[in-house]
Amino acid sequence: MIKAGIIGTGNIGTDLLLKLIKTDFIEPVIFAGRRMSSNGIKLAQEKSIPVTDKGIDYFIENCCVADVVYDCTNAIDAKQHAKVFEEQGVKVIDLTPAKIGDLCVPTINPEAIKTRGNVNMITCGGQASTPLLNVISKHCDLEYIEVVSQIASDSAGMATRLNIDNYIHTTERAISEFTGCNNCKVILNLNPAIPQVDMQTTLFIKAENIKFTSLNKDIYKTIKRLKEYIPHYELVMPPTINNDVLVLSIKVKGTGDYLPEYAGNLDIINCAAIEISKNLYE
Amino acid sequence: MSNIIITDSSLRDGNHSVKHTISLDSIKKYCQAADSAKVPIVEVGHGNGLGASSLLIGKATHTDAEMLSTARANLPNSKLGVHVIPGIATVEKDIKPAIDLGVDVFRIASHCTEATVTKSHIDYLSKTDKEVIGVLMMTALATIDELVDNAKIMADYGAQAIIIMDSTGTYLPDDVKFRIMRLVDALDIPVGFHAHNNLNYAIHNSIIAIQTGATYIDACIRGFGAGAGNAPLEILLPVLDKYGYSVDIDFKKIINEADNVLNYLVPKVPVSAPVNILTGLNKLFSGFEKPIIKASKLNNIEYSSLIFELGNRKLVAGQEDLILEVAQNLNK
Repeated sequence: MIKAGIIGTGNIGTDLLLKLIKTDFIEPVIFAGRRMSSNGIKLAQEKSIPVTDKGIDYFIENCCVADVVYDCTNAIDAKQHAKVFEEQGVKVIDLTPAKIGDLCVPTINPEAIKTRGNVNMITCGGQASTPLLNVISKHCDLEYIEVVSQIASDSAGMATRLNIDNYIHTTERAISEFTGCNNCKVILNLNPAIPQVDMQTTLFIKAENIKFTSLNKDIYKTIKRLKEYIPHYELVMPPTINNDVLVLSIKVKGTGDYLPEYAGNLDIINCAAIEISKNLYE
Repeated sequence: MSNIIITDSSLRDGNHSVKHTISLDSIKKYCQAADSAKVPIVEVGHGNGLGASSLLIGKATHTDAEMLSTARANLPNSKLGVHVIPGIATVEKDIKPAIDLGVDVFRIASHCTEATVTKSHIDYLSKTDKEVIGVLMMTALATIDELVDNAKIMADYGAQAIIIMDSTGTYLPDDVKFRIMRLVDALDIPVGFHAHNNLNYAIHNSIIAIQTGATYIDACIRGFGAGAGNAPLEILLPVLDKYGYSVDIDFKKIINEADNVLNYLVPKVPVSAPVNILTGLNKLFSGFEKPIIKASKLNNIEYSSLIFELGNRKLVAGQEDLILEVAQNLNK
């Protein structure tokens, strides 16, 4: 079993904890927050998971209790934490937008977690789009990529809203890195409709020499692979070419462990983080 | 003299009705005309504002930089304005370059209930010497209380005025009256209104807005704007005059230009066609008119059934991708 710590006991950290408990290869050994009264800590206690309110200090005092730590705090704190874990030689899967380590996608560069001490889970739009874009890039000459995501307003906390530019820039960087195409654009729409909308991402691609049959086949293959770790990842508009533009659209529902089902955008980051961890086990 | 400030949105909202193809020559000609008629603020750019040229909404013929520098060069007196939607435009990629190109007025816009996405953009601009205005779009989708809350949020961030947009062209005069009254009461900064003409109320609603205390009013030459168009500037000016509001814009020049623009800017004067009436009633973004017609034809479905379904899904501005998806699935 991989011994894992979680730092940050908010919505993401708590959902991740419930997901880790369900796996048979990761053992959550510590759930570290700031307040014993937080909902996340209470829930962890109910599940008999060791908890602490000492945050990063717990890890300083108890060096190397975990093989890997999931950082679910925020970009500023994650930078401080990264220094501590680097000194201790503890691997970090960073779920914040801090971008300290390599951008990492389970279907593209899962080995990064073995070779690097710290990997970053990018953004929801990045985890949803780059696996498909990466395979698409192998079947055409890309000229331009556009990724448009809708998320439910209720799933976008103040941190997401404050860092909306950061979301765009980071996702664009990941797309460039994993496709080799520097000409890309990312758009994020918040939709307040009730009942809440699911996360939906549409890809618009301008390319030359599109080998549609092989591309199509590879997209379906990739989606099958993605469903292994993101159970409710679904193609809602199959690849079509209109006026030389390839369009397809996917939807991501969450598994509803702690976060609501509509928050597929938050769920997908946790799913990717766990999938990446498998590489430490194998 | 009154304190009414008119923003001419022809070169921004009008871009929706020509799929974002307004030429630099048209921008030059219209800016010269608007400037010489003493229009206070001229808004220029892609229909969805800075950085919005995209396969999703429509690729613009010209870059933001080309459009803005052309406008700037031909607006010696009028202020140059832009529309900015966080989620599309970022401070680094879009706002900073626009400042360098000489934009004076930044209108930072969000969906009516999502004002908190504008914080970083308004924060950044309020530390510059640029004018920053908060814009709430699609306001027919919010309750009056939600509108007031969201307007206050933008004001707290540093917006110097708040404009509410009837982006869907849904409002009747009473809807405007109650909203503007509450906003004027709740805010200590100016309030404004941006009309669409789907139900032929754009002028009437603009007048009601002014009578209840709004001071920032958007208008377009010949109503040149998305869907059924906006409040026509050449009608708004004389009606304001008849109601006793004096505005320092040269009406003779505007009425003259209202003819001229047919030769270079406005290929077709907007009217409220059945599709616009239906989008207005179903509270859909006016700019969806063309994507809705296109997606219906492509998928062999009635646009009315597509509009009803999109209305049920409560799409916000910028969700043209879902029009395609819903149309495909209706076709099944």
